Amino acid sequence: MSQIVEPVFARDHSSKIAIFLFLFSIAVVSMFTLSYGQVVLGVDRLLDAVFSPESDPIATQIVQDLRLPRVFTGLIAGAALGVSGVLMQALFRNPMADAWSLGLLAGGQLGVALIVTAAAFAGPAAIAFLTTFQGIGLTSGALVGVAVFAGLMVVLSRRVGTITLLVVGLMLGFTVQGLVSIVMHFANRVGGRVYSGWNDGTFAATTFDDLTFMIIPIAAGLIIAIASAKGLSSLLLGETYARSLGTNVQRLRWLTLGAVVLLVAPVTAYCGPVTFIGLIVPHFARAIAKTSQILPLIPLAALSGALLAIAADAVVHLPWEQHFLHLNTILAVIGAPVVIALLLFSPTMKGST
Amino acid sequence: MLELRDLTSGYVGTKGTVVDPVSLSLEAGDFVCVIGRNGAGKSTLMRTISGLQPALSGDALLAGQSIPAMSSQERAQSISVVTTDRVSSPGLLARDVIELGRQPYTNWRGQLTNEDISIVEEATYQAGAVTLAPKPFDSLSDGERQRVMIARALAQTSKVLVLDEITAFLDLPGRVEIMALLRRHAQQTGKIVLLSSHDLELSLELVGQLWIVHDGELSFGSPDALITNGVIEQAFDNSDVSFDPSQRRFIMNSN
Repeated sequence: MSQIVEPVFARDHSSKIAIFLFLFSIAVVSMFTLSYGQVVLGVDRLLDAVFSPESDPIATQIVQDLRLPRVFTGLIAGAALGVSGVLMQALFRNPMADAWSLGLLAGGQLGVALIVTAAAFAGPAAIAFLTTFQGIGLTSGALVGVAVFAGLMVVLSRRVGTITLLVVGLMLGFTVQGLVSIVMHFANRVGGRVYSGWNDGTFAATTFDDLTFMIIPIAAGLIIAIASAKGLSSLLLGETYARSLGTNVQRLRWLTLGAVVLLVAPVTAYCGPVTFIGLIVPHFARAIAKTSQILPLIPLAALSGALLAIAADAVVHLPWEQHFLHLNTILAVIGAPVVIALLLFSPTMKGST
Repeated sequence: MLELRDLTSGYVGTKGTVVDPVSLSLEAGDFVCVIGRNGAGKSTLMRTISGLQPALSGDALLAGQSIPAMSSQERAQSISVVTTDRVSSPGLLARDVIELGRQPYTNWRGQLTNEDISIVEEATYQAGAVTLAPKPFDSLSDGERQRVMIARALAQTSKVLVLDEITAFLDLPGRVEIMALLRRHAQQTGKIVLLSSHDLELSLELVGQLWIVHDGELSFGSPDALITNGVIEQAFDNSDVSFDPSQRRFIMNSN
């Protein structure tokens, strides 16, 4: 064991540098994504597209309708997933917990699938209604689905160990993917269209109008997350110590779970089940902050989640000859080895059941 | 300062009453050992006094104020708790754990003031955890973890410290050291320290007041009084071992 005495201020210092580097990298990747793709835009056309839309209609269309919403979606979704991962891992006291690995995303997916299917069977009027109120309909479907599955996992977590919970969560994900495929098989084609290509996760399906429906719940979730951070830090010592330190554990659990639902449901509704970000980002944040106290982790997890999301998206949307790459493919290639390393080398995961 | 009024601890339901109604009071600076066999109800009693579980009846008052009626923050400022729960928290430094002891006093962000920091440093020093502070909490041995948890409890600057079987994992010198440290702390700062343990012989040497939990009843008094009236023999003797009042220790029965 190293005996290096780390003064408290050194931590803040490394966090600050990391935040600056994240912001810088996010800016670079964003610029890259905006200018690079099937059509390559130089800086001049990019600036025209943003500041004088009339002068270059083609560039304007590409940037404002396609690339800008995609970048914003990636940033928002990545940040939301990163923060939700921090909350989930603290709440479940489980370094492998995250909205995806514990099946919450699957719950949201199922919720959306059921709403779309119900509308498809109800007839064209319902489809028209759903198309008009797509944002609210999909988000609330996802909210209900995520909330139900979150409740389920909380109950289950009292009975089974860390790894069992994880396997159950992943299996729930597969079950739901199967169910969604079956439902789509029977549902009207029009209904199915609403979430085409959805099992793979994508940031490309959102418009500027959709972003509103993502931002509002996610902002609310973020505020609750920040407000719960102090209590969650005490929960790191277990429930008895948290209570003896003055934390109302019961209320904290509900609040945190509510925050997770608000953060995750809109992402599921608009981007599908985006894997691994919420699971691995908190580990990066802890490594940078050199602590697992919750509050310092939130900005780090949000920024590194956002960066990971848009970087993976940038790879997907490089001007490939053929379009076979999906967001979750890239995230799996990065994320799965990290998870394997954690399972093998992290002292808490070794030997836990 | 700490007063129990017909306090009955236990659980609603089949388990029922664990420790019968007890009334007593403790003064500032009292260092009390709570002794009893496994499952006698020491932990239940101590959790009830600390307000971590509701009393079946009766009340516990601190400086005249009912502990169950306190807000959770007030309670956290009044009573600190150390348990046997083996805490594992990847990524927390021992220093982080001690700093969490200031939570009942910090703002919504949990930010430490300079005063908080000096209290944390003093508590770390008092508990002999200075060299442990910069290490990851999970890398510490059981004894070292207990030290850190005690430092955290001291940092909570509460009037009462409740420590449940914290010496169970320690060897004899370790136990003596921890108990002497807590006794010193009680005497010097006027805090009330309630410590449960299995260590009867050691407790007889160190404490002014002993609580013995046996058969759902709490007997209390000075070690001498409890030895004289035979409570200790009643609580601990069995066919193989008995307490010898003259030597103040257990001896094997020769049969």
